[in-house]
Amino acid sequence: MIEQVILFAPLVGAIIGGFGWKVIGEKGALLLTTGLLFLAALLSWIVFLTFDGATQHIEILRYISSGSLDTSWAIRLDRLTTIMLIVVTTVSSLVHLYSWGYMAHDENWTHDEPYKARFFAYLSLFTFAMLMLVTADNLVQMFFGWEGVGLASYLLIGFYYKKPSANAAAIKAFVVNRVGDFGFMLGIATLFFLTDSINFDTIFTHAPALAKTNVTFLWSQWNAADLVGVLLFVGASGKSAQLFLHTWLPDAMEGPTPVSALIHAATMVTAGVFLVCRMSPIYEFAPAAKELVLIIGATTAFFAATVGLVQNDIKRVIAYSTCSQLGYMFAAAGSGVYSVAMFHLLTHAFFKALLFLCAGSVITAMHHEQDMRNYGNLRKKIPFTFWMMVVGTLAITGVGIPFSKELFGIPIGFAGFDSKDAIIEASYAAGSMYGFWMLVIAAVFTAFYSWRLIFMTFYGPEKGDHHKHEHAHESPMVMLIPLGVLGLGAAFSGMVGYNYFFGNEHMLGQFFSLGEHGAPGTGAIYMGATNHVIETAHHLPEWVGVSAFIAMLLGFGVAWVMYIARPDLPARMAAANRPLYLFLLNKWYFDEIYDAILVKPAVALGRFLWKKGDGEVIDGTINGVSMGIVPWFTRLTARAQSGYLFHYAFAMVIGIGVLMTWMTLTGGAH
Amino acid sequence: MNPGDLSTALPEVLISVYAMAALLFGVYTGKDRTAGLLTWTTAAVFVLVAIWIGTISGHRTAFDGLFIDDGFARFAKVTVLLSAAAVLVIGHDYMNRRGLMRFEYPIVIALAVIGMMVMVSANDLMSLYMGLELQSLSLYIVASIRRGDAKSTEAGLKYFILGALSSGLLLYGASLTYGFAGTTSFSGILSTVQQGAMPIGLLFGLVFLLSGLAFKVSAVPFHMWTPDVYEGAPTPVTAFFATAPKVAAMALIARLAEGAFGSAPKDWGQVLALLSVASMFWGAIAAIGQRDIKRLMAYSSITHMGFALMGLAAGTAGGVQAMLIYMAIYVTMNVGTFAFILSMQKDGEPVTDIDSLRMYSRREPLKALALLVLMFSLAGVPPMVGFFAKFYVLKAAVDAHMAWLAILGVIASVIGAFYYLRIVFYMYFGEEREGIDAGGMSAGAWVGLMGSAAIMLLGVVNLFGIGSLAQAAAATLVH
Repeated sequence: MIEQVILFAPLVGAIIGGFGWKVIGEKGALLLTTGLLFLAALLSWIVFLTFDGATQHIEILRYISSGSLDTSWAIRLDRLTTIMLIVVTTVSSLVHLYSWGYMAHDENWTHDEPYKARFFAYLSLFTFAMLMLVTADNLVQMFFGWEGVGLASYLLIGFYYKKPSANAAAIKAFVVNRVGDFGFMLGIATLFFLTDSINFDTIFTHAPALAKTNVTFLWSQWNAADLVGVLLFVGASGKSAQLFLHTWLPDAMEGPTPVSALIHAATMVTAGVFLVCRMSPIYEFAPAAKELVLIIGATTAFFAATVGLVQNDIKRVIAYSTCSQLGYMFAAAGSGVYSVAMFHLLTHAFFKALLFLCAGSVITAMHHEQDMRNYGNLRKKIPFTFWMMVVGTLAITGVGIPFSKELFGIPIGFAGFDSKDAIIEASYAAGSMYGFWMLVIAAVFTAFYSWRLIFMTFYGPEKGDHHKHEHAHESPMVMLIPLGVLGLGAAFSGMVGYNYFFGNEHMLGQFFSLGEHGAPGTGAIYMGATNHVIETAHHLPEWVGVSAFIAMLLGFGVAWVMYIARPDLPARMAAANRPLYLFLLNKWYFDEIYDAILVKPAVALGRFLWKKGDGEVIDGTINGVSMGIVPWFTRLTARAQSGYLFHYAFAMVIGIGVLMTWMTLTGGAH
Repeated sequence: MNPGDLSTALPEVLISVYAMAALLFGVYTGKDRTAGLLTWTTAAVFVLVAIWIGTISGHRTAFDGLFIDDGFARFAKVTVLLSAAAVLVIGHDYMNRRGLMRFEYPIVIALAVIGMMVMVSANDLMSLYMGLELQSLSLYIVASIRRGDAKSTEAGLKYFILGALSSGLLLYGASLTYGFAGTTSFSGILSTVQQGAMPIGLLFGLVFLLSGLAFKVSAVPFHMWTPDVYEGAPTPVTAFFATAPKVAAMALIARLAEGAFGSAPKDWGQVLALLSVASMFWGAIAAIGQRDIKRLMAYSSITHMGFALMGLAAGTAGGVQAMLIYMAIYVTMNVGTFAFILSMQKDGEPVTDIDSLRMYSRREPLKALALLVLMFSLAGVPPMVGFFAKFYVLKAAVDAHMAWLAILGVIASVIGAFYYLRIVFYMYFGEEREGIDAGGMSAGAWVGLMGSAAIMLLGVVNLFGIGSLAQAAAATLVH
């Protein structure tokens, strides 16, 4: 019952808030949606803390019963679900609260245009869809949530629908996600084709058999498990903005900042990671697909970090940072340590939501100025935001005490120090040198752009519009409280979770109900009998363990030199390496390449079909017939209707003749 | 002749007796002052007889097989009687106001109805011709009932001369048939045809017979009289022309084709298909040019007859069923539409120009809505009942492997949709113009309009059971 309340409370809020705010008032809608979300969050924590580890299926209703497809709409309650429940509801409720302040005044709307209830209804709708996704007990139900969050994302990116750029970004997000969704759908269909079921339990028990099956797909032979893994990963990389399907995420920053924090940092974009972890029994039998996940993840982490180095829009820096961190999570999943991917997902939700909400606070303080080149020296004007942002930065860059694990049993440090370093170690343990080095280099860049953001925003001289600096002020309490809560999470979640997710194999096994390498699908995640990555990761050379820490120091040092000690250096370096600088600034020209090879031909084809096919051929035919030929016949009939009796009689006689002839011709007379 | 014969034809006998009694009553009492009373009584008699016929069951012949009373005949008779009654009711007020209320009018209508009832019960070429002529003579009279009016006289005369021509064709066909079959009885012809190859003379006789009947349903190319007569005759008479005689003639075609030539459906099927296609297209295309709503309805009825013929052309029981459903729905739609046309007037004078309907929805939203429903139904827009009428005939054609006919029918109905929708467009979107007066609708016409529109909407549930009734009726005809 408690799970149903968690699931449906946001939906109730969305419906009543969205459609009934005229009855209960705008304030009422805000109170209702936020209140229900806090209720859901509270219940989620209760479920999380009291959960005993055994997978439960809570049926809500019969869903589909057609032929051999027989499935219920049910909540699958296991460790993965409970983790996602607390992440989603906690961040969502805090974002709801934060939005009270952030959305209080908005220059995009005039005084008589109500927008707040709609915003909160969308947020709650998103939360409902996200909960549907994470509680799914079968693939179609998951796909429903998957599309639901896509819809909510579309609505919220395009929330400022008067801005053409917001609409374009919303459409882009939707369309790029369609590409991924198509892969996901193919994956679902393939699984249904192979296992005759869409229920997770059935699919998981078929996983070992899949590994021994070959299927033909696109005129070539594939291992069934690998094929499914790749197709599902296509879906996952669309939603999680992995390389090649990442282009929508930076543009999605057109949405209001709380949306960026909730959807495009903490929850929705991690759905892909969740999917891969959920399907871990498949991936454990699909080594090639796992390898692909690792390589794409590591490459994305590197790629997004390089682009993040030179961006000037505060939200875009964090967006690329998100993209990069998602790459880390996939690298972990690809290495076979799904628990570590979930660990980073959890910590990242806290510190990235924190960073985004801090950025929102900065943006509010600076009257919707987002260009960091117009910031500077804000730490005294908005001290609380500053300190919270520093906490977030310490977390994402992975600041901690090296070798403290040997002393205290857990690594003492901020969240990223535990989770991100675990990923780097795991990738080394999995034997992927490419992945390891990509992630280490990405860690240098992460530290650099994160500190660059801090230095450009809070240090140095005041730049840009004079008035904006004069009127800069700290945000209201409703915005600062969520920052504080998330700050606590960013600081401590790593240390609290370390042993459950990575550090202690016994605790990990219990936490995720792994069992003694039991059958696939018995635990929340599955790690094959030959998967010893975690064990190996605990016995690595010393230098591997500290590599991430050194990378962090290096990035911090370079950022300090370039933005505090020698502020003239960045401009000179950009001028000296202009091609490289432009390459990074333009995001490796991904948008331009896609535009040239995909968008332009598609538009040209569409234009051709529209103008020539629809306009000239179809409309032309219809117009020609209806405005030319038919009226011509109409005039003819009018002339035939002369009014003279002899004409009429003549027509009848002709008619007889015609009928006779016709009868003879059509064989009536044999 | 024996008493059993009379009892089989008792409905016809009763109405005949009533007609003569009413004539005497009218002549010896108040003459035209009794017209109103006679109109209502005639309508009442029609309805009562229709109800009575509805309760009869069984399969009987009379007068040595000249006359047959079966389910098919009864279905057609009930439709004819009810539509005639409805037309009398909705036209009563119009006739009164225009000073056309002659006491002969309802009596002649009653005689025409007797003719139609004989037509649909005809089981022999002799009784076929008898019924047809009784009906036709009555119709010639009512077409020119407004004697002082040139247009009305012209209409009556045109109809009479062309009708005479068509009767000639029919008689020629009948004599050919008799010559080659050696009998005039339908069952006799049927057994001749069944015995072997159809002699070519019989085929020619069939074509002539069908041509003569095609004139009555105004199928192209025997339709030329229709627009002129519809326009020239007083509107209540036009309404009558558009409804009951069409049902009777269509039923007669079915009876002749299935009853006498039923074993050679391919032969007449092709002829009917050609008539059907020509009627659908000619009616649809010619109607586009009409500005007069009565002429427009004339072409509309030509198109609709084309669709009904499509059902017959299929040559199956399903086709006959589809035709019966089509005619029942067609009659209902036309009663409603003519109820509206009867009420169209400006400054007390009747108008029939469709331009006068511009922005009618502003003045009379409810009536405009009812007319909209009727127009959509005539055009065959789902979920109006008119759609199902078309659906059944198209389905019958497809089932009989005449998909080409169905496709042509759909194309014709697309063309035809134009002029129905144009009326709707004028009522709702046209520019405001001095149009017809508001109000001025008699209770009878109002009931006719609204009832018809309501049926078009509510019938979507189960067509008021017409489907199964028509199926049973068709089963008695097609073996």
